[in-house]
Amino acid sequence: MKAQWEAVIGLEAHVQLLTQSKIFSPAPNAFGAEPNAQASVIDLALPGVLPVLNRAAVECAIRFGCAVDARIAERSVFARKNYFYPDLPKGYQISQYELPVVQGGSVSCLVSPRPGEPYTKTVQLTRAHLEEDAGKSLHEAFRDQSGIDLNRAGTPLLEIVSEPDMRSSAEAVAYARALHALVVWLDICDGNMQEGSFRCDANVSVRPSGDARFGTRVEIKNLNSFRFLQQAIEHEIARQIELIEDGGQVVQETRLYDPNLDQTRSMRSKEDAMDYRYFPDPDLLPLQVSTDWIERVRASLPELPGAMRTRLTSQYGLGSYDAALLTSSRPLAHYFEAAARGAPDPKAVANWVNGEVSAALNAAGLSIERCPVSPAQLAALLSRVGDGTINQKIAKDVFAALWEAKAESVDAYIDAQGLRQISDAAAIEAIVDQVLAANGAMVAEFKSGKEKAFNALVGQAMKASRGKANPAQVTAILRRRLDA
Amino acid sequence: MLEDRQVSAVELANVFLARIERYRGLNAFLDVRPELTLQQARAADARRARGERGALLGMPIAHKDIFVTRGWASTAGSRMLEGYLSPFDATVVERLAQAGMVCLGKLNCDEFAMGSSNENSAFGNVLNPWDAAAVPGGSSGGSAAAVAARLAPVATATDTGGSIREPAAFTGITGIKPTYGRPSRWGMIAFASSLDTAGLLAASAQDCALVFNSMLGFDARDSTSVQLPEEDYTRALDIDLRGLRIGVPAQFFTQGLQPDVEAAVRAALEQIRQLGASLVEVELPNAPLGIPVYYVVAPAEASSNLSRFDGVRYGHRARTFDDLTDMIKKSRAEGFGPEPKRRILVGTYVLSHGYYDAYYLKASKVRRLIAEDFQRAFQACDVIAGPVTSSVAFNFGEKAADPVSMYLADLFTVPASLAGVPGLSVPCGFGDRGRPVGLQLIANHFDEARLLGVAHRYQLATDWHRRIPAGY
Repeated sequence: MKAQWEAVIGLEAHVQLLTQSKIFSPAPNAFGAEPNAQASVIDLALPGVLPVLNRAAVECAIRFGCAVDARIAERSVFARKNYFYPDLPKGYQISQYELPVVQGGSVSCLVSPRPGEPYTKTVQLTRAHLEEDAGKSLHEAFRDQSGIDLNRAGTPLLEIVSEPDMRSSAEAVAYARALHALVVWLDICDGNMQEGSFRCDANVSVRPSGDARFGTRVEIKNLNSFRFLQQAIEHEIARQIELIEDGGQVVQETRLYDPNLDQTRSMRSKEDAMDYRYFPDPDLLPLQVSTDWIERVRASLPELPGAMRTRLTSQYGLGSYDAALLTSSRPLAHYFEAAARGAPDPKAVANWVNGEVSAALNAAGLSIERCPVSPAQLAALLSRVGDGTINQKIAKDVFAALWEAKAESVDAYIDAQGLRQISDAAAIEAIVDQVLAANGAMVAEFKSGKEKAFNALVGQAMKASRGKANPAQVTAILRRRLDA
Repeated sequence: MLEDRQVSAVELANVFLARIERYRGLNAFLDVRPELTLQQARAADARRARGERGALLGMPIAHKDIFVTRGWASTAGSRMLEGYLSPFDATVVERLAQAGMVCLGKLNCDEFAMGSSNENSAFGNVLNPWDAAAVPGGSSGGSAAAVAARLAPVATATDTGGSIREPAAFTGITGIKPTYGRPSRWGMIAFASSLDTAGLLAASAQDCALVFNSMLGFDARDSTSVQLPEEDYTRALDIDLRGLRIGVPAQFFTQGLQPDVEAAVRAALEQIRQLGASLVEVELPNAPLGIPVYYVVAPAEASSNLSRFDGVRYGHRARTFDDLTDMIKKSRAEGFGPEPKRRILVGTYVLSHGYYDAYYLKASKVRRLIAEDFQRAFQACDVIAGPVTSSVAFNFGEKAADPVSMYLADLFTVPASLAGVPGLSVPCGFGDRGRPVGLQLIANHFDEARLLGVAHRYQLATDWHRRIPAGY
C-alpha cells in the first residue's frame, strides 16, 4: 500500500455453533444430510409454530464471552430482522439487535507481515450476538427453477463483531485466524470453513495516514477462506485508493468477493439498503443469564491459548513464535506438552513438533489427533538424541519408521537396526583413515586450499559409517589428520 | 347424560352434525368431516366402555380455524391457506382431544383473526343467529354463531383485542379469554403474538370452567407459556359474592356507549350488587388510549407474522410470475384480503426506520401504563365490570367501509388484552332490535377461577344465557 494511505478494517465473523440441535427447534444440527431432511416444522415456519431457545447455544456464547473477557449481559433480547428471501422461511431472522448477549472483549493475535517482524496485535470486540442461520437457495441444479434446502435454517450462529481496529490485510487475517482457532479451542465451532462453519464479512475503508476520521466503508461479503479474506481486502484497499486518487469517491455499499476473478462487485448501495424493521420478538422472552451460570461456564473453560502461550514460553523457555504455533490448536498444544514431559529438551520437542511432525501431517493430510507417532514415542526418540545414542539424521529415519509403523519401540528399533551412534574414537579413526586412503584426489584438492573438499570428506566418512558416526567426532578427527 | 351413558358420544355427535348440516346457511363452519368426527366419537365411547370417566369424554367441540388441525383444513379464514392441512395439531386441540372431546369441524373467522364483524373472512360472512342482518361479531364469529345456534355446545376461539368477548356479547353467549400465557399458542396461526390468547365460547361459565380444566396449562413448545401447576377452574363456581368488590371504571361508561347497552349493563351490575357484592368506582385513566396503542402493536407484529406466507413452501402461489421476488409479491397480493393487507402496511410503517420510536416504542410504553392502571385498580377491587361493546351487533356493511369505526368496536375489550389479564363476557339482556347485550368481567392475572365464579353466580340468578334465538 502506498505510504500516504492507511486502511481501516473491521470484521464480522459468523460462527456456527456446535450444538446437538438447532437454536430454536429440536431438529438435529448437522451438515450434509439430504435437502430438507433436517428441517422440522419450526424450521419450515409452518403456520402455528413457535421458537424455543436452545440453552446450549447460549452456553456457547457465554463460553466465548468469558474467553475474550467480555461482559455477559444479564438480560439480552431477541429481535426479528424482517426481510423477504426464499430461503428465509419466516420472512424474518431471529437475531439480537439492541441488547446482545456478549458485549466488548478482545482477541490478541500474532501478526506476521511480509516483509517485517512479527508483532502482537490486540483487536477489541464490539459485541457477539446469537442468531439463526438461513437456508440455502440452490440455483444450479434446476432449470428455470430454484431449489430451497432448509437444513441449515435455524443453525445457531454467534456473530462476532470487531471494532475497526485492523490496519492491513495481514492484521485482518491474523485476527481471523486467532478467532477461528479460539472458537475451535473452546469447542463451540468445528471450524470447517468449506462447510461454512466460520464465515467472515469485512468492512474496509481507507484514509490519509494520520487522519483521525474514518473514510467511507465498504462491506465485503462471502469470504469463506483466509486466502480470500486477504485477497479481497487487498483488492478492495487498492480499488478504493485508486478511486480516490483518480478524483472519485468511495460509496457506502455492500460488495461481493468473487475469488475466481479476484474482484469485488457491487451487491447493493446504501440507498437501497434494506430496512429490516427490527423489533423485539414477541415469541421469545428476554434471555436471562444468571451470574451463577456465567461462573459455572467460566470454571469449565480450558486453559486459553493466550495464557498457554505465556506459560509455554516461561515453563519451557520457548520463543514466542514457537509458542504461538504450538497453541494454534488445543490438540497440538496437548501433543507438545505430552511429548515435552518425557523428553530432556523442550525446545527440541517444539522444533520437532513445529517442523518434522507438522510437515509429515500436512503431507499426509492428517490432523494432530490422527498422528501415527505418539507423544511418548517422540519423547523417547528425542531422549535418544539428547543422550547421544543416535544423531539427528538417524532420528529422522527412526521417526519415519515410527510413522510408517515399522517400529513401535524406539530403543528396540535402534538396537535391532544397529543405529547407535559410533562415538568410539578408535573406530572413527579407522573409518577416517579408510576414507582418506580411498579419496586421494579430494585430499589433494583440500591441500590446494579448497575448503569445500573438507565437507565432502566428512560426508564420505559419515556415509562409510552408514550415518551412525558422531558427526562432531568425525569432523575433529578428520581435521587433525589433514592438518598433521 | 354421557356420564350415566344415557347417550353415547356417537349419538351426540350425530345430533350436532345434523344441526350443522341443517343450519349451513349460517356459514359458521368452514370444514366438516363427519367420518372423522364419528371416528373420534367411537373412540370416546370405547374409552368410556373401558371404564374411563371424565366430564369431557365424548363431548363435542368445534375449533376456530385459527387452530391448526391434522384432520381438518386450517385456513385462518384466508385464501392464502385454502385447503392447507397441518401435519400437527395445536396444543389446545391436542389437549382437548386427549380429554376425549370430539371435534365437529373448523369454524369460520375473520381472515387471520383480523376483524370485529367476521366480514373479513375470505369464505363469506357468518350470520348472527339472532338476526340475519346483524354481524355475529369477530373475529371468532363462526365460533359464536355456532354456539349461539347450538350447532356446538362449546367452541374454541382466540382473542387478540376482543375477538372472543365481542362476538360472545353480539350472540348472547358466554365467552372467556384467560390470562395471556395460560393457554399454549403452539398451533395457533399467529396474528399478534404478544396478545393472541386462546379461549372459549360456550353456553355458560360453568361449561367454560370444565373445558378450561383440560385446555389450559404449561406447554414447553411455547416460550411465553406460564409454568404454573394445573388448576381446577371449577373450584370457585360456588363463590360467595358477599364482600366481593366489583370495580366499575368510569372510562367504560363514556365514549358513545349506547343507552340500550348501558341500561342492560347497569341492571346487571345492580343484580350482582343484590347478590352481595359491593360496587366501587375505579379508574383506568389510560384505557381510552387502548385503541391507538393496539392498532400500532398488533399490526406491527402481524406484519412480521404474516411474512411467512410467501408462496414458497405452502399456501397460495401465483400461477405466473417473472422471478422469485415477483412470485412472492404476486402470491401475497393474491392470497391476502384487504384487511390483512391494510394491517401489514400499517405494521410495516410503524416499524420502519425513523418511525419505530415514535410509534412502536411509544405504543409499548403506553401499553405498560395501561397494564399498570389495572394493577392499581385491582388494589381497590376484585373484579372489574362494564360493557363489552358500546352497541349491540351492528348490521352487515354498516362499518365495513370505515375501518376506524370498526376498530372502535374493540374500545372496551382492548385494554384487558394489552394488559394480558383475563376477561369474560356474559349475556345480560337485550337491546335495540332485540339483539343481545354482554356484560364484561375482568380479573387480575391468573384469577380466572374467580372470574368464572362471579359469572356463574350471575347465571344462576338470571336466564339470559339460556335464551336461544328463534328458529334454532
